[in-house]
Amino acid sequence: MTQHPLISVKNLNVHIDGHHILKGVNINIPDKSVTSIIGPSGCGKTTLLKTFNRLLDDTANVKVSGSVLVSDEDIYAPDAEVTHIRKKMGLLSQRPYPLPMSIYDNVAYGPRIHGVRKKSELDAIVEKQLKDTSLWSEVKDRLHGPAAKLSIGQQQRLCLARGLAVEPEIILGDESTSALDPISTHKIEDLFVRLKEKYTIVLVTHILRQARRISDYIIFVYMGEIIEFGPTEEVLLNPREELTKQYVKGFIS
Amino acid sequence: MLILSIASVSFVFLIGIGLYWRAAPLFNENTLYSLFRSSEWAPSSGKFGFYPFIMGTLWVTLIAIVVALPLCLLTGVYLTEYAKSSVRRVMLPLVNILAGIPPVIYGVWGIFFVVPIVREYVAPRFTEYSSGYTVLTGGVVLAVMIFPILVSIVSEVLKTIPKELKDASLSLGATKWETIKKVVLKRALPGIIAATVLAVSRAFGETIAVLMVCGNVPVAPTSVFDGGYPLPALIANNFGEMMSIPLYDSALMFAALLLFVIIFLFNLVSRIILNRIEHKYSS
Ligand SMILES: Nc1ncnc2c1ncn2[C@@H]1O[C@H](COP(=O)(O)OP(=O)(O)O)[C@@H](O)[C@H]1O
Ligand SMILES: [Mg+2]
Repeated sequence: MTQHPLISVKNLNVHIDGHHILKGVNINIPDKSVTSIIGPSGCGKTTLLKTFNRLLDDTANVKVSGSVLVSDEDIYAPDAEVTHIRKKMGLLSQRPYPLPMSIYDNVAYGPRIHGVRKKSELDAIVEKQLKDTSLWSEVKDRLHGPAAKLSIGQQQRLCLARGLAVEPEIILGDESTSALDPISTHKIEDLFVRLKEKYTIVLVTHILRQARRISDYIIFVYMGEIIEFGPTEEVLLNPREELTKQYVKGFIS
Repeated sequence: MLILSIASVSFVFLIGIGLYWRAAPLFNENTLYSLFRSSEWAPSSGKFGFYPFIMGTLWVTLIAIVVALPLCLLTGVYLTEYAKSSVRRVMLPLVNILAGIPPVIYGVWGIFFVVPIVREYVAPRFTEYSSGYTVLTGGVVLAVMIFPILVSIVSEVLKTIPKELKDASLSLGATKWETIKKVVLKRALPGIIAATVLAVSRAFGETIAVLMVCGNVPVAPTSVFDGGYPLPALIANNFGEMMSIPLYDSALMFAALLLFVIIFLFNLVSRIILNRIEHKYSS
């Protein structure tokens, strides 16, 4: 690997309700790049993504063992502070879930939680993040209107802006474009490509063309195991493993 | 469906018209204003002032909401967000059993438990003398009565908040409690209002328990330690003896009409609030 890994997963096992969902996962995710997690549905992609910011903590009957290092800090260490860990990552879910408040308050939500009180400061953050996600010109006249009134594509970009407002190092996306129309999908994809200058991006996707278009690295997961990890072109065009080959050709879905 | 809803709506109107018709003789002798504003209640000399009863109703209802709502919210939040699933499986059915206890039992409980506590311990701290039969007592008993239905509806509402919405807040570094306060409860607000309205509307009907502990004095309360005489209690207490006194039956029908209108307005106002909120925040 040329770059230093930002997320380093070591012998990670996840059991949910007694089912072995992730099996001995080892992976190093490189800094300042886009890594896509691909694999058939139900193979554990979402679960893997959620272990990165400990979102499984609140799910009943979950057992996580092994370690996940983010910037060399074990986030499953007993003294790790979960809010601090989550602040380092922005999460973009499958469908946009704007918080039940105004556009402005959605973006300001994170900074306020972390102690930013001054209006001028919040104003600046909101403007910057909305500009970075190309929403500013579309919403600047209705910042205090409800976020739920935006189109679904705008909502997803708002959710991205909301995540970026807490100044994370990592962006996690779970099939973040699957609910969007092609134009909105393109906008989000463009944003990801632009944002990897500053952030490490990990995306779950089931669209191979999307993985190919925007990612630098690909992780192929099958039934809870990492089958293959490598640069995009290699994994998609010249896979080492038989399973990967079959998945890429569309024989497994 | 359409026919059924038309039928039920017209049924409501028929009740309203029926009550009005029976109450009408009262309007020949009294202006509506005096009926509402006058505090004089002396049926045998033809004086019918409803002000004390309206105020008694409002006090008891408000106290019940103020007491019950925060407790129900906390209980609902605990059950849906914090309790282990084993606790939840036991608690929610238990709460529903509580909902089935007949009102008279709550009344007896009120007399032997709440009344003495208010008389001996609570009231002396704030006022000189209180019999313990007060609007506070009535409010507390009513609060306990609406508690089960309120908790179970609030829990249902909280369960409908999508996990992804909570995850969105958590993933920004909010704590669970911050998430509940700022996102979950906010999103659940319309449902919580609807639940409160439903619970209170139903509780209005459970006259007997309140009637047993409120003191039933026809004077408008000025503090929580005064007795009160809510409209349902007025109707229930006097229905048998009304025949001998002229206009008394009309007055009681008017009381029923008032109650009907109050509940109707209560539902209407909350419906409007709900629409506002939904208009503002729903997705
Ligand atoms: N909260 C949960 N409770 C029970 N089983 C779960 C839960 N979350 C995920 N699973 C199971 O874990 C497996 C992987 O799920 P997931 O990570 O969502 O797959 P993917 O995102 O690849 O479609 C599935 O078999 C799913 O049924
Ligand atoms: Mg998934």
